[in-house]
Amino acid sequence: MTAAPPAALAAPGSRSPRRRRRGDPLFRGLTRAAAAALLGLVVTMVVLLLIAARPSIDAFGWRFLVTASWNPVTEQFGAVTPIVGTLLSTAIALAAALPVALGIALFLEEICPGPLRTPFSMAIELLAAIPSIVYGMWGLFVLAPLMADHVQPALQATLGRLPLLSHLFAGPPMGIGMLTAGLVLGLMVLPFIASVSGDVLAMVPRQLKESAYGMGATPWEVVRDVMLPYGRKGLFAAVVLGLGRAIGETMAITFVIGNAHRLSASLFAPGNSIASTLANEFTEADGDLYLAALIELGLILFVITFLILGAAQLWLRRMAQPEAGR
Amino acid sequence: MSGPSVKIAVRHLSFTYGDHRVLDDNTVDILEGRVTAFIGPSGCGKSTHLRCYNRMFDLYPGHRAEGEILMDGENLLDPAVPALELRQRVGMIFQKPTPFPMSIGDNVAYGLRLKGKISRTELNDRVEAALKSAALWDEVRDKLHEPGTALSGGQQQRLCIARAIAVEPEVLLMDEPCSALDPIATAKIEELIDRLRGRYTVVIVTHNMQQASRVSDRTAFMYLGRLVEVGPTDQLFQNPQCKETDDYITGRFG
Repeated sequence: MTAAPPAALAAPGSRSPRRRRRGDPLFRGLTRAAAAALLGLVVTMVVLLLIAARPSIDAFGWRFLVTASWNPVTEQFGAVTPIVGTLLSTAIALAAALPVALGIALFLEEICPGPLRTPFSMAIELLAAIPSIVYGMWGLFVLAPLMADHVQPALQATLGRLPLLSHLFAGPPMGIGMLTAGLVLGLMVLPFIASVSGDVLAMVPRQLKESAYGMGATPWEVVRDVMLPYGRKGLFAAVVLGLGRAIGETMAITFVIGNAHRLSASLFAPGNSIASTLANEFTEADGDLYLAALIELGLILFVITFLILGAAQLWLRRMAQPEAGR
Repeated sequence: MSGPSVKIAVRHLSFTYGDHRVLDDNTVDILEGRVTAFIGPSGCGKSTHLRCYNRMFDLYPGHRAEGEILMDGENLLDPAVPALELRQRVGMIFQKPTPFPMSIGDNVAYGLRLKGKISRTELNDRVEAALKSAALWDEVRDKLHEPGTALSGGQQQRLCIARAIAVEPEVLLMDEPCSALDPIATAKIEELIDRLRGRYTVVIVTHNMQQASRVSDRTAFMYLGRLVEVGPTDQLFQNPQCKETDDYITGRFG
């Protein structure tokens, strides 16, 4: 600051310098308090989860993480089935959603004719606004019968004839199970990945694209060689965002995953995820140990999410370094 | 001695987008192997004029060019002329350096790979030759695997020139290639343009009149979308024929 601006130039409503100086520490204090409250909330949640999960932690120890049995009658609990279900359904969701989402984003940014762009991107936003329970109902009443009547029989008749792959598609055609759950989840995260990827691709400088076109590259070559590599950090962040949403999704998954505490190699067998187990069993958990085991599951979900997001952050930072000169 | 032949003959070139007329009846001859500079105040259409030579405007719906741009007698604006092949014959350098997100070597090899299959040894030879022509080889010979973005701004712009000349285009378009560079890097680019004279037909747009007078053989002055005057650089700067040119180069406007 050099000199105070003459009064005539001061913006309307601006206050005296002294009051402004007093306002600054207040503002700083407020923002600091808000940040501290957030941190406090996270720590409190972990601590409360730990306390509530205590009976289960004491009873099973590390075995909880490597046991697959889940028997409320004998009070034997292990988290393997829901953990595997959570990770597998999320992986299927991302594998299904990522190519489609990238396709949508690229179409919107590079190929879509101007007048179509707004209705198209609005449709994507709408897809994100549909409540998850609607996705669940759609999965149960529309997708599941389709899977049972057409997809599973077709897969069994083709790929399922191969020796090892047959296990993947085994079982009676019920329509619900890991694959159906993964696909519904994929549809749910699709709009998020697509819209963030679209924003990332929109940030590729026009001159950079033009210089690739100027070399005689086709639109596909520009996308493959310039736009995707240029935006890879942001695209990775888009995937992580989708992953974060998919991993804790509850309602839709509970409708279609089958809710069976059974590990199966088949993608068409009913299974369970952490979130769907909690949603299904919380109200009927009668024993203290049962309840504690469910809370420990919640804690595990928290830790998994934390680890994945943390790893993603680290990886992003590592990727950022060689380009520091940009 | 007979003068150099005409590489590009621009005839009655007009350019519109929407209702907006950006270029109005431009006619000019670009001589083979010479450096031609386009000068004029900002917004006069000199970049737009340049971007017609490789049909860059094709990328944008609603952009339309009329008239003829005859390169060796062939009208580039004819839709029958494939834009992809045209752009391999007419390279372009932009205001800001635009290294692709890949290694230095891959940047230079990019156009060669697009053109089709090429043996490893030939690729390496041509990458080296292009980097030498762009006066960058000695600075990057030991770090061809490093990302192009790790170079300095001036080096990045020379990398882009190497990338453009690796495919041996007939014409090089430069759209204010030094506007993002410091004076030393600018001097190096100008030196490089001087070395490219004769081998390539260079068309450079610049807002810097000193630069035009330093690097070009011929200069064209544009104003409000019209091509006001074109002639040998010395003559245009010392003895302009039109009053508008005189006013501009003596700094009375622009």
